[in-house]
Order: sequence, then structure tokens, then C-alpha cells
Amino acid sequence: MLKKLLVANRGEIAVRIIRAAQDLGIATVAVYSTADEHALHVRLADEAVNIGPPAAKKSYLNIEAIIAAAHDTGCDSIHPGYGFLAENAMFSDAVKAAGLTFVGPSGDAIRLMGDKVSARIAAAKAGLPVVPGSTGRLDSIEAARQTLTQTGFPVMIKAAAGGGGRGIRIANAIGEFEQAFPQAAAEALAAFGDGGLYMEKVIGRARHIEVQVLADGKEAIHCYERECSLQRRRQKVWEEAPSRALSSELREELCASAVALAKEVGYSGAGTVEYLYDDDADRFYFIEMNTRIQVEHPVTEAITGIDLVAEMLRIAGGEPLRLKQSDVTVKGHAIEVRLNAEDPSKDFAPFPGTIGDLHIPGGPGVRFDAMLYSGYQIPPFYDSMLAKLIIHAETREAAMTRLKRALRELEIGNVKTTKPLFIALASDPSVQAGDVHTRWLESWLNDNATALAG
Amino acid sequence: MTQILSPLPGTFYRSASPGTPPFKNDGDDVAVGDVIGLIEVMKSFHEVKADAVGKSIRFLVDNEDPVMAGAPLAEIG
Repeated sequence: MLKKLLVANRGEIAVRIIRAAQDLGIATVAVYSTADEHALHVRLADEAVNIGPPAAKKSYLNIEAIIAAAHDTGCDSIHPGYGFLAENAMFSDAVKAAGLTFVGPSGDAIRLMGDKVSARIAAAKAGLPVVPGSTGRLDSIEAARQTLTQTGFPVMIKAAAGGGGRGIRIANAIGEFEQAFPQAAAEALAAFGDGGLYMEKVIGRARHIEVQVLADGKEAIHCYERECSLQRRRQKVWEEAPSRALSSELREELCASAVALAKEVGYSGAGTVEYLYDDDADRFYFIEMNTRIQVEHPVTEAITGIDLVAEMLRIAGGEPLRLKQSDVTVKGHAIEVRLNAEDPSKDFAPFPGTIGDLHIPGGPGVRFDAMLYSGYQIPPFYDSMLAKLIIHAETREAAMTRLKRALRELEIGNVKTTKPLFIALASDPSVQAGDVHTRWLESWLNDNATALAG
Repeated sequence: MTQILSPLPGTFYRSASPGTPPFKNDGDDVAVGDVIGLIEVMKSFHEVKADAVGKSIRFLVDNEDPVMAGAPLAEIG
């Protein structure tokens, strides 16, 4: 078992990890930038170390400062959270080289899945269906033209080093393609230092469905799926588990494929295998694997009763996977909404400020993961996410009703947040019917955003 | 002497992206509506425009410095 853990992150996920570690009797060290001196994760950890100025690249992305802080405080391990250094293979390698345990997969596993072309090849090798497209990197526009015979139009041109929605261009016809391909190569080189491209067919109306996996390097299990189809600018805003779109046969097939990929790459820790699900064709396609804990992990925890962060810490401490596949069962339905410091009626303009009165909803089936307290000054230097409200109930309908009740109770005084968006969505007939796809929310916002003042 | 104030708290940038020339150099003249920098707030970027005409701009904060809302970014004569 790990003895002392440094949490290389901030915000709600740092708070979440510190709590999980303390529940397991592991001592905790927070790191913070000068902008986060009064942050909740700093207050909750057993110790805290200032690692630099507000700019993330001088603090939360500063590998040297973070490893030095771990040594100075006698830590034996580092949890990267999500974002920042969580999927940086060099960081995983550097932590190991410093004689510490990285709570997550090896640098090699991060590299394999971080390169979207090698991930696609590994997935195909493990028998996962991939979106029709190029088999490897496209070294020339001639090779790319060949791929068009499999994809047709519209086609997505993607950066091998991209991910999380970055580095993607769509071409609707050959003229656009001829222009976009060289531009995409130049952009990828400038943005990621790697001009490598690949191409995929555009699946018109698709759901985003992802499978949570846990693995110890030898064995792997899944903890069922999450559906995250409600997205704005390719960022998830509302997540659910399980997905109501899948038949039980397809669910088993989907989840088994995620386990096959985790085993294929000798994965260790918590990971998420992401898919597009085409309703009309009733088919799923692998898109990428995220080698970290995800923002939306609590919906899986709600329906399975598994503490995913605690399992990550146990695996990193050298314990074999405690759970067998047959131990993982689904109970009820869960929904998470992301409360961001943004004004949804003004094109989601960021709204840094000082939290006034804070009233957190409660009762059965209501979980609120946040770093908020009354008087907290939201720093403008980082992500706008303030809190996640997670609802669990026996059925999806009951979860929707409970979500509306909890949102009515929630008060985050003095700042604009995305709360009005979720009040409106929870009452929307399409959302209630689950009749959505990944581009549904943006078109809904075109018609409804101005009414979201609150 | 007029000051150009930051409309938002965040990180101040003198150019559109790393490696590109600054919007304005010290000593440049400024017209109304000229972009003099960007403020990054929670990963979104907002242009800072001059709201008065002026001569010989002088910057008071460096590229990538953190700034508060209302902080003076530059002076124009």
C-alpha cells in the first residue's frame, strides 16, 4: 500500500483524490500555485507545497518542481488527476525514474494510446471495430486520396498527436479536402510538434459512449458504460450511466471489447475506452482510449458502488485487482452535470468572481464534488469547472426528477454558472426521451441559449 | 496620458500566439479599436482594444503576466 501521496493537480479532482487517499489511511501532500494559496485542496491535504506562479506551465505543468516537492515531503507516489500532466508520458517516466510510483499507466502505455494512429492499430489488433478510415499515418496527399474511397464525404482529417477534440478538420467535398489536408498538416506540426495525420469517416448522428476499465497489468475488468452525448464544442456537459441506447447484447459486446483492448496493451490503472455509437446502424466504433481518471467517473461509481480512485491507489500500491468481473453489477441510473463559471446566456462567457452564499443540495442519491466554499475567489488562470452534481436514483426518470430538485436547492451566490442550462435540459422532451446525439446540444443552444439567463 | 485598463482578470499576452510579433511595440501610435493584447480567462481569449487615440504606447505589464480586472496594461500619450 502507498504511504504518502502527492496530488499533482488542483480543483475538485485534487479534493476528490485527497479524500480517497485519506479514506485508505494514505498521507497526502497538495501542490499549489500562488493563485491557489487559499484553495480547498490545500486546506484538506495533510501538507501543501507551493510549486510556482499562477501560469500552469510554471506550476501545475512543471515536472521538476512537482517531483522535487514529492522528494522534499517524503512521498512515495504521485497521482496526476486529469488534465495538466495526466496523459504526459514523459511525466510518468520521470516519476518512475525518480524512484516514485505513478498512479496510472506506464509511459509506454500513455504513448501508445496518446498517438491516435498507434491506438487505432492496437484497437484493430484487439478486434475492436474502428471508424472506417486510414490504417496508419498518411504520409502524402496521394495516400490520403486513396483513403477517401473507404470514407467518402464528409471526412475528418485528424492530427495523430491530437485528442480531446483538438486538431480536427472536416472536408465535405474533394475541393475542400485538397485545401484542408496540407493546412491540417501544417497546423498539427505547429500545435503538437508532429504533423502526422490520419482520416476517419464522419458518422453523421452518433452518440458518445465510453467504457470504464480497471486493470492491474495482467487482469482487466470493465465497470460498464457512460453516455456523454450532450456536448458543446466537443466538451461534455452532461453524462449518464448506463446508456439507454444499448441493448443488453450490444452492451456486453461493447464492454468486452474495452477489456480486450486493456489486456492487449497490458494496461494498468483506471482507463476509459471511447466509442461512437451509430443508432441507425446499431453499431459502435472505437475512437480513443483515455489513460487517466475522467471528470465523469462518479456516475460509474454511483451505479456500481465502486470507488474508482481508491481502486487506482490500491493497484498503484501493488495489489492485484480486487474485483472480478462478476463482482461488478449495475444498480439504478446516474446523471452528472458540470457546473462551470460561465454565463450560458452570453455564449458561455467565463465568469471569474468570488463565491457568495453557497447552498449545497443534499438528501439520498445526491453527490456534489467541488472545491467551493463561501468567499472562495475563483482564479481566472485555469479551467472554468467549479463543481459536479451527481444524481443517483432507481430509474432514469426518477434521476431526472431528483436532478431538478437538487438544482433548485443549489445556490452558488454571486457568480454566473451553467445551472440554468441544466434546469432547461432536464425539462426538455428530447433529453427526457434520451433522443440526442453529439451535435444535438449545439443546435438546441442556437434556439434556446438567450433564455438561459439566471 | 491615458491608461488602457484590463477589462477582465487573467493572463495578458502581447501577441496573438507564441512566435508571432506583438500587436504593438513600445513607442507605436494607437488608433481607436486597435488590438493591443489578449487576456486569457479560464482558457478563453479576449481582445483588449484601445478606446482612445494616442501616441507612443508604453506597456506596463509583461507578456504572460497575471493581471487583475481594472489593472493598467499600458499608457498612451
